[in-house]
Parts: sequence; C-alpha cells; structure tokens
Amino acid sequence: MALEEIAGLKFSNGSDLFKGDRLLADDCLQASFNLQIPRFCDPVQFLKQYSEDGDSNVKIQFDHGTTTLAFKFQQGVIIAVDSRATAGQWIASQTVKKVIEINRFLLGTMAGGAADCSFWERLLAKQCRLYELRNKERISVAAASKLLANMVYGYKGMGLSMGTMICGWDKRGPGLYYVDSDGTRLANYTFSVGSGSTYAYGVLDSGYRWDLSVDEAVALGRRAIYHATHRDAYSGGVVNIYHMKETGWVKVSQDDVFDLHYKYLRKE
Amino acid sequence: MECLIGIRGKDFVLMAGDSVAGRSVVAMKKDHDKMYQLSNRLLMAACGEGGDTVQFAEYIAKNIQLYRMRNGYDLSTKAAASFTRRNLADYLRSSTPYFVNLLIGGYDDSDGADLYYMDYLGSMVKLPFGVHGYGSFFVLSVMDRYYKEDMTRDEALVLLQRCIDEIHERFIINLNSFKVKIVDKEGIHVMKDLRPTTKQPEETPGTQSMDIV
Repeated sequence: MALEEIAGLKFSNGSDLFKGDRLLADDCLQASFNLQIPRFCDPVQFLKQYSEDGDSNVKIQFDHGTTTLAFKFQQGVIIAVDSRATAGQWIASQTVKKVIEINRFLLGTMAGGAADCSFWERLLAKQCRLYELRNKERISVAAASKLLANMVYGYKGMGLSMGTMICGWDKRGPGLYYVDSDGTRLANYTFSVGSGSTYAYGVLDSGYRWDLSVDEAVALGRRAIYHATHRDAYSGGVVNIYHMKETGWVKVSQDDVFDLHYKYLRKE
Repeated sequence: MECLIGIRGKDFVLMAGDSVAGRSVVAMKKDHDKMYQLSNRLLMAACGEGGDTVQFAEYIAKNIQLYRMRNGYDLSTKAAASFTRRNLADYLRSSTPYFVNLLIGGYDDSDGADLYYMDYLGSMVKLPFGVHGYGSFFVLSVMDRYYKEDMTRDEALVLLQRCIDEIHERFIINLNSFKVKIVDKEGIHVMKDLRPTTKQPEETPGTQSMDIV
C-alpha cells in the first residue's frame, strides 16, 4: 500500500503482526472497497424468500417512495427532494435527509433503499477523497459517478436498490449523472427519480429553460416536488433545495409541502 | 423497446440505434448513443439490460485495445466478433451472465466490410443486414424487399430512412430519433441523427369530419 511505503513500515506478509492468522491479516490489510460476504452464503437466494413475492411471512419492505429531481442550468445545478420514507403503506418518517453531501463539490440524492444509498455514497466519498490525495486534484463528476456505477454493478442481482443522481461542479462546468443499482449511468440536463418522478417531470419539463435565473430555478424545483407530493402518496414531508455553484453547494431552503399548498392556492 | 439496425454496403457498414434511454415508463435520456467504438474500424451497437450493455461493451473495447498494444495491429472484424461471442457464451452459465444483444460492424483490408449479429445467448451469424428489438418485426421485411448487394452510402441511408419511417408508422413506442454511424476504410464517421420523415396530415378517403352539435 502507498501509505505503508511512505511511512516506512514493513509488513512482510503480515505474519509478524497477526502471528500466523493469514486470513484475518488479509481481510484487515486489504482496502475494503466491497462488502465482506461470508463465503458460504448466496445472497441472491437468501434474500429472495424475504422479498415482496417470497415465501417468508416476514418481508423486507424497502423505503421506495420518494421524489427527487435535479437539473442543470446556466447558473449550476438545482437539486430538490422530498423527505418522506415509507415502509409499504406505513409512513416511517417525514424528516429524511435525501441529499447526501459527498464533499463540498459533490452531492448525491437518495431514492430506493435508504441504507443502500447512504452506505454506497459514503463509500463513494471515501473513494473521492483517496482520488484527491493521490492525484492532488478534485475528482470530476463523470469519474465519481463511474466509480459508483462500477461499485454497485458488482452487486447486481443481489438485491441492492438505489436510484441516485450525482451532481457536482468540475472543470467542465456543472455535471449531472443518474446512477442506479442495475449499473445504469446516464448524463443529461434534467432527471427525476422515485415513485413521484413522473409527476415531477410534468412540471419540470414544462417550466424548464437553460437560462433560468437562480430564483426561478429554485421556484421551479420546489413547485415540481410539491406537485409530485400532492399526487403521489409515497412522497411528502418537506421540500429540501440545494444549489450547486462554482464555489460548491449551498442549501437553499426547506419548506413543508402543507404550507406550500396553501401558499400556492392563495397566489392563484 | 430498443432498436438496433445494421446494413452492409459495398465497402462500408451503416449502423443505427434509437436514442432513447428508458427506465420502466420514463424516457430518461433522449439523445443516448448505443454504439461503442471498439477500435479504429470496428463499431459495436449494444442493447439490453441497463448496466450490462455499458460494462460489457467497455470490457470488450478495452481488450481489443490491449490486443492492439501487445501486437501492434488491430484484430480483424471476424476475430473481434468471435472473441466477443466467446465471452458472451462463457459468461452465460456463470452467476453473472450479460444480457446484451449486439451488432458488430467493421472494415478490414482482407475481408472488406462485415456485419455480425449476436444475441445474449451467444449465437452469432454474419449477415448483410441485421435488426435487434421489437423494431425487427416491422423492419426485416422492408429490408428483404429493398436491400441489394453492394449498395452505395446514399442508397443505404435511403433504406435506413424507410426503416425508421416504418417503425414510426407502426410501432407503439415512440422512437423518434436514431443515432447513425458509418464504418469504412477511413474509420468511423458520425452521421446526422435521423428522424422519421414528417408527413402532412391528410384526410384518408372514407372519413368525414363531423361537427358535433
């Protein structure tokens, strides 16, 4: 390992440190870029019985309901998300943070399994930091999203559920990528992910222009999420808005959709 | 819901793919390029499962480049297609099969222009024209009717436009833009995107507009 050499340490096969327990040594010393799965276990078969159409009486219900959106425009990237988490028909929480702060210049959104999104994006944050240390330069949005896509592709078919948008600002300007647990990675100007995404697309597509002002763009994002929460039962709570600028991201606002409903009603 | 079309001409291969990247009912990206450059004169169009297409295409492309670096010359189209097919077939009965359907088009000095059609089960055949996806149900007969050996580039583009128009006419999914590339002796050329020809709306005989009072 690089750090080991710089620090002048010498691990001759690790046998000194761990006194003969080679397997333990290997596990500890290897950079863990992946989940340690017990060797005898087949995750796909094991999880199938606990999925929606499985045999078990106890079913794992992923927190799928959500509306998240992001779009690029001339002043950067706007990210707008709701904050409801549902487990089947139960509203587990109205105050979930669905925007994950990877670093000052990278944000990720959460849709699908909450644990999957936070875990893998946190691991992505570690990888991005390592890239910065090794290359003395911030990682590009394209590279960061590719790292994430490749990481989750290794677990394809094992039940990961993640639909995220990686947003950032790099040398090429504002960047926006959609990455999901199938291994899909797409670049585009606007994306919306989640059960309420179709409703959000409706408002977003009708109001979108490249040359929106920051205030107009924020208002559009807020409106799109509000309309999705109105029609989709699995989205709601508050609308969180972030703006990715050249100097990094800023959290713009947090508004309860209940209040927004009456505010919009009064304006019309 | 994806459609890939390949047409072999006199000394070139014309390849086209629809440019919609969709997830369930949503079109997430409308200018998506499904063709991957394997080498200077080798082009692969891939459709199928989300992550598999990109991962498999990049894996094959990198290996083709590696061959070039090690040996100083490019693999022939036939060899590259066989290599690709072997990988598909080997992974088929593993725990991570690649669910991708491919068209590989290339030009070499010994064999000229060649088009290979491959499916996710690892079967491969050399064809004068090939189509993947639901579009094939509509387009293969058009090809059978109008394809000729040794077509020029313009003739091939006219045939491709006919195919796209037929897909637009009868296929229930809206595929209104196709990315087009040509592979020939000089390399890979990116052509303008093709769209279905817009027709003026006309009254079909036998219908009458009714004023509802």
